[in-house]
Amino acid sequence: MIEEKFDAIVVGAGMAGNAAAYTLASRGLKVLQLERGEYPGSKNVQGGILYANMLEKIVPNFREEAPLERHLVEQRFWMMSDRSHTGLQYRSDDFNEEKPNRYTIIRSQFDRWFSGEAQAKGAILIKETTVTELISDAYGKVIGVTTDRRGGTIFADVVVIAEGVNGLLGTRAGLREPPKAEQVALAVKEMHFLPRETIEARFNLHGDEGVVIEAAGTVSNGMTGMGFVYTNKESVSVGFGCLVADFAESTATPYGLLENFKKHPSIAPLLEGSEVKEYAAHLIPEGGYKAVPQLFGDGWVVVGDAAQLNNAIHREGSNLAMTSGRLAAETIFQIKSRREKMTKENLSAYKKALEESFVMKDLKKYKDMPALLHTQAKNYFVAYPTLVSNAMENFLRVDGTPKIEKEKATIRSFVRERSWSGLFGDAWRLARAWR
Amino acid sequence: MSLEAARVEEKLYQNRYLVDVGKPHIVIEPHEKPSKNLLAMTTLCPAGCYVENSAGQVEITPDGCLECGTCRVLCEPSGEIRWNYPRGGYGVLFKFG
Repeated sequence: MIEEKFDAIVVGAGMAGNAAAYTLASRGLKVLQLERGEYPGSKNVQGGILYANMLEKIVPNFREEAPLERHLVEQRFWMMSDRSHTGLQYRSDDFNEEKPNRYTIIRSQFDRWFSGEAQAKGAILIKETTVTELISDAYGKVIGVTTDRRGGTIFADVVVIAEGVNGLLGTRAGLREPPKAEQVALAVKEMHFLPRETIEARFNLHGDEGVVIEAAGTVSNGMTGMGFVYTNKESVSVGFGCLVADFAESTATPYGLLENFKKHPSIAPLLEGSEVKEYAAHLIPEGGYKAVPQLFGDGWVVVGDAAQLNNAIHREGSNLAMTSGRLAAETIFQIKSRREKMTKENLSAYKKALEESFVMKDLKKYKDMPALLHTQAKNYFVAYPTLVSNAMENFLRVDGTPKIEKEKATIRSFVRERSWSGLFGDAWRLARAWR
Repeated sequence: MSLEAARVEEKLYQNRYLVDVGKPHIVIEPHEKPSKNLLAMTTLCPAGCYVENSAGQVEITPDGCLECGTCRVLCEPSGEIRWNYPRGGYGVLFKFG
């Protein structure tokens, strides 16, 4: 048993946990961080993209030492049919700036670095230790944790729960419900290694420039889902994910969908000849604003994926996680500096800070989107991608058909599939959920 | 072994694991007939850990588990499975993540 009492215990060493531990330790608080993996990052999975702005607010000079892969200069959104894709692409040399805005990262390396920074500030890390339970006093205030180590009971004024999307602690303690099948997506991912020059030639990149491809359409078999290709320095991360609720109604396997995605004629040439070195799976919180649980209580706060803080529409998660970890830590520091207790009332300032930040504002903006995409999956992921693909082929193929007839045929195909009221309804519903 | 099952097994060979022998972190409760969700895990588990036996019951070998939690989301509420994290340091050890 560790006799010492800590100011704060942080459960987990992912984005949210590391941000919290770093912020608390750098303000002089006595912090213990517990991680069940062999090292921080060994249980963590992400695409992954790092958003610099939110990390800068925690570690301003991170670019000097953090293990970064490529800074992103180009984004490709692809709407896929079985044999084609219609793309929206943006590339700008303005993204080649002194302090780039987005980077690809490899989580096991990045998390190890971030946790090391927190330790350098004074946080104590114990690895290979699974937290099994929260301990509460007779009044229900959380006062510490038990771990799977012998005599592993540890006390603290406050516990920061950064246990990730599949968190057991908070749900077992009744602080929140476990995620529901329509609130999480299952994504599988492979790491494909290729020589650096090959990646740069195939993706039209110079030096450390990087590109992101995000693709949705018939490749998800009518389910709410998408695939991605992210360029790292000497590897390409390729993944595919769908809502668990949709998977449960389907006979498709996640690895089968990933294989189909990799075999798609638009993807296969990008991966040709690569060596696969890892296969991972992970849940992604997709429930948005309406799925965010109670965020604080007597002696505890919950941050990051464990709190469903993920913007599925913009594929942003790690930045919401880091920001929530930082804001929770700043709240704790302020309470501590006032020499007050970690009560539910005092910790409610964390939620207020989140609401004033982009985190809750962005989630609120898209609060109706998860339900819309889920209930209209067949239209948005099969019907429209197929119609758009046919329209593009019709537009581009020169075969002597007068253009006026081609246009009429395209419009007829849309109306036949969705009807005029369906088309306007789909556009209206999408616009309203986006607003 | 089906083609798909062979395919996922091949993928799992790329990964590092430290298996806590004799202490599976996921256990299926004894059952006559699996629920729809439990049966769905035979295709949905990304590591192919769940299989249907000849008697129509679902069995699990969680050695290749990627600890995603999908089966917990679908089958824990009904009490059909018990799900715990592996002991600290055990389970999948992602090299890249």
